[in-house]
Amino acid sequence: MSQPLLSVKNLSIVYEVPNLDVVAVSRASFDVPRGSIVGLVGESGCGKTTMARAFTRIISDNAKITEGSMDFDGKDLAKISEREMNDLRWRDIAFVPQSAMNSLDPVYRVEYQMHEVLRGRGGMSRSQAKARAAELFEMVGIEANRLRDFPHQFSGGMRQRVAIALALALNPKLIVADEPVTALDVIVQRQILDQMRALQRDLGISIIMVTHDISVVAYICDRTVVMYAGEVVEDCETATLLSKPLHPYTMGLKNAFPDIASAGTGILTPISGAPPDLARPPAGCRFAARCPFALDHCRSVSPTLMSFGDDHSVACHRAHEAEALRAQAALPETWGEIL
Amino acid sequence: MTTPLVEVENAQLHYRVGSAVSAMMGLPSVVKAVDGISFSLNKGESVGLLGESGCGKTSMGRLLVRLENVTGGSARFDGAEISQLKGRALRTFRSRSQMIFQNPFDAVNPRYTLAKTMAEPLANAGIPKSEWRDRIIKALELVRLADPEQYLDRFPHQLSGGQLQRVVMARALILEPDFVVADEPVSMLDVSVRAGVLNVFREVRDKLGLTAIYISHDLALVRYVCERTIVMYLGRIMEDGPTEAIVREPLHPYTQALVAAVPTPNADQSHEPLPIGRGAPDPRNPPSGCVFRDRCPKAFDRCAAEVPASKKVGTRHVACHLFDEAG
Amino acid sequence: MLETTVPEGPVIRIFRAMKLPVGDNFAMAGLIIYVIFALTAIFAPVLAPYEPTEILYTVDYDLASDLLPGQEGHILGTTSLGRDIFSQIVFGARAALLVGLTAAFMVAFIGTIVGLISGYYGGWVDTILMRLADVAFGIPFLPFVIVISAFLEPSIWNTVIAMALVLWRDTARVIRSQVLTLRSRGYVEAARVSGSSDFKIILRHIAPNIVPLSLLYGSIAIGWAILTEASISFLGFGDPNSISWGFMLQDAFASQALSRQAYHWFIPPGLAIIFVVSAGFFISRGYENLLFPKLGR
Repeated sequence: MSQPLLSVKNLSIVYEVPNLDVVAVSRASFDVPRGSIVGLVGESGCGKTTMARAFTRIISDNAKITEGSMDFDGKDLAKISEREMNDLRWRDIAFVPQSAMNSLDPVYRVEYQMHEVLRGRGGMSRSQAKARAAELFEMVGIEANRLRDFPHQFSGGMRQRVAIALALALNPKLIVADEPVTALDVIVQRQILDQMRALQRDLGISIIMVTHDISVVAYICDRTVVMYAGEVVEDCETATLLSKPLHPYTMGLKNAFPDIASAGTGILTPISGAPPDLARPPAGCRFAARCPFALDHCRSVSPTLMSFGDDHSVACHRAHEAEALRAQAALPETWGEIL
Repeated sequence: MTTPLVEVENAQLHYRVGSAVSAMMGLPSVVKAVDGISFSLNKGESVGLLGESGCGKTSMGRLLVRLENVTGGSARFDGAEISQLKGRALRTFRSRSQMIFQNPFDAVNPRYTLAKTMAEPLANAGIPKSEWRDRIIKALELVRLADPEQYLDRFPHQLSGGQLQRVVMARALILEPDFVVADEPVSMLDVSVRAGVLNVFREVRDKLGLTAIYISHDLALVRYVCERTIVMYLGRIMEDGPTEAIVREPLHPYTQALVAAVPTPNADQSHEPLPIGRGAPDPRNPPSGCVFRDRCPKAFDRCAAEVPASKKVGTRHVACHLFDEAG
Repeated sequence: MLETTVPEGPVIRIFRAMKLPVGDNFAMAGLIIYVIFALTAIFAPVLAPYEPTEILYTVDYDLASDLLPGQEGHILGTTSLGRDIFSQIVFGARAALLVGLTAAFMVAFIGTIVGLISGYYGGWVDTILMRLADVAFGIPFLPFVIVISAFLEPSIWNTVIAMALVLWRDTARVIRSQVLTLRSRGYVEAARVSGSSDFKIILRHIAPNIVPLSLLYGSIAIGWAILTEASISFLGFGDPNSISWGFMLQDAFASQALSRQAYHWFIPPGLAIIFVVSAGFFISRGYENLLFPKLGR
């Protein structure tokens, strides 16, 4: 097997708030294989966005990478100088922010903003930039004559396409997309996901897709990394994750999610309770308080992410019983009150 | 045959946009958020209003709780025209018809304790102060907030999204209304707590025999909550019928695309291209005839010329020329 | 946002309750200057050794004119007509604060009411009020105030009214736009759906959110009003019966104090104006940081 494109090891990111340290990401590890789409899923506040932003080091001033490494093609993104990082941005790693509206400056034509990247960062000549911009628009399915438009003249879905075109501008090896389709309607969402999949295949790039929506992951991601309360709790191929999850949180998420392909509507089962306060994380497993399978051991000893079967990592003390737990997890009564 | 509680007949909600000058220059000056919608709801029935952003589903819901007034056609509640209600009739309407809002953090005043928030409808309805506490607690119990007393003196920021949405629901239900419009009530919540709020919604609806409208862009959620679904596109109804039938066998070309686009949490879902053209609906400049024709893979001549009327097809109503009687 | 770790005394708590921006150092400095001037104004008869318009004589029964600071016990000296400059400054604080505070109150009050009504109701009410604001924007400020106060007979009150008639426009505009966003907030709509009256919604859900904004524009108006009053008095259109700092400057100018290098005459009123006006702007800066924490620093 070839080296992964990005290998995250024991990464911790801390927000320093006066008198308080909030560990947004704690000791996270996972790999992004070359030429794959990896989903980073979790609920709000689980640290997925913070981690994604750390890959291009665009985290806020009070956030610090306190330990761990992010090995990208032989360079440790956590250690390299700001100057080296700057060389990597756009050229090797591109970031697509959650709200494409905010990433485009409303007072400039889209063409100008494309040229800024192509000429400023890519060192292209005017005519090269012009040709490349048209090509990029073609790639994301927008007519090239719309380059002369201002951002407000695009619909939400179009703007997201423009943001993706911008990310592709300098042929990066990795695109990090933060909830790229969350604000979009299902039809547009599907069209954009199809586009991203096609681009990934044609260009052989890798994509990290940050999302809270497991159906998006199911649709497009080869691998999925599940995060909970700042920790990676499960990491495997998406098909495996959906059919044979090992972590109770993953099992619970699936139960809570409506599936239009299922025969009946069944009963959706919530996971009761709320994620812990990351300023004062509990001892032991962070999911224990909401987990129907938690033992005393789980509440005192924190499980580490361990390889379990081929290419499947999980952080759960009871992973070896997963088969039995899955059967129980499928029953709504396992999860207590469903209301 | 029961009499319908809500009757909407050719309802319109047109907004004027732009200036007189731009109108003279021939630029579109009217947005037709709701453009000729008709349906009725029997007592105890719940229906999902489904569509993409900008399709007018929220505007339609707002008409029914009188946050907007129709600019044409009619929308009646219990036989009375909602936009014409005045005085005592309006006050009664306000206690019988309620709304559950999309963003729980926005729907309650951040300066108010939850008791104060919950008391507002009681005060407006003239409920004696001595009964307030009991009724507030009863309403919070109804939405399954455990140990409701502890919430009374709390402020919104001290609650989680799921808890707060239950409070919003409790406020809507505290006067025991007959009719509730729920506007995407779980779209702001995390997946793991959504199910609980949806289950509570289903429970109280059945317990109180509510007539309900559930507005959403998510067919999977609508299917979980409503037996009947109305599919909207650019201010008009495309299809109206039993949810299960719409999910299994959508008739209107737009519904077909919409159903095909819904992602599922399964690895083996179809990656076929959607049966719909690129582009986005532009509410300022809808096409002539059928508003969906510019993206419809099955459009033909008549679609540009004539607005398709709603036709009964089995258990459903469909507004599409494909279902016109032959000849 | 503002972080104060200092234990709060009762004064700070009262200030906080009044929504004064106590967390900002500049604003605090402004507030302290205001308190000093307010005390001066209130206790003017006690603090001032002489009547401000009283013509004084030396012990030798000469006119006590053009005395330098310290001479004959006059702290800041006297004018060429033999009036005590320190007493004039002390009484001038009365005029300044009276003008500043009443004008600020009227501006904030009118602007807030207009902004609330215009923003909440919209439609033709909004159109009429905002066209009125446009007219007010078109009025040249100083000439208008001069004409009005000259027309209605020069008095402090007429100056205040003339200023309020123009300055409400800024407050109204800003508050209206704030109300426009507030009224589409979920909790305002929820109140409408639950049957709250417009009056109740404005009072309970909207007004509390715009009070700091009204205070901001009020505090800006204090500075403007004092400056304007000074300009008008300096130009000779002020109230002849009251001593204000502007009047002192005009008096000094007319008596050629400048060419005679009688700095003790025109510098004190000038400094007093600068202090009070900038104090007003310091306070408004504090409100700005409170309202729009991302703008500054």
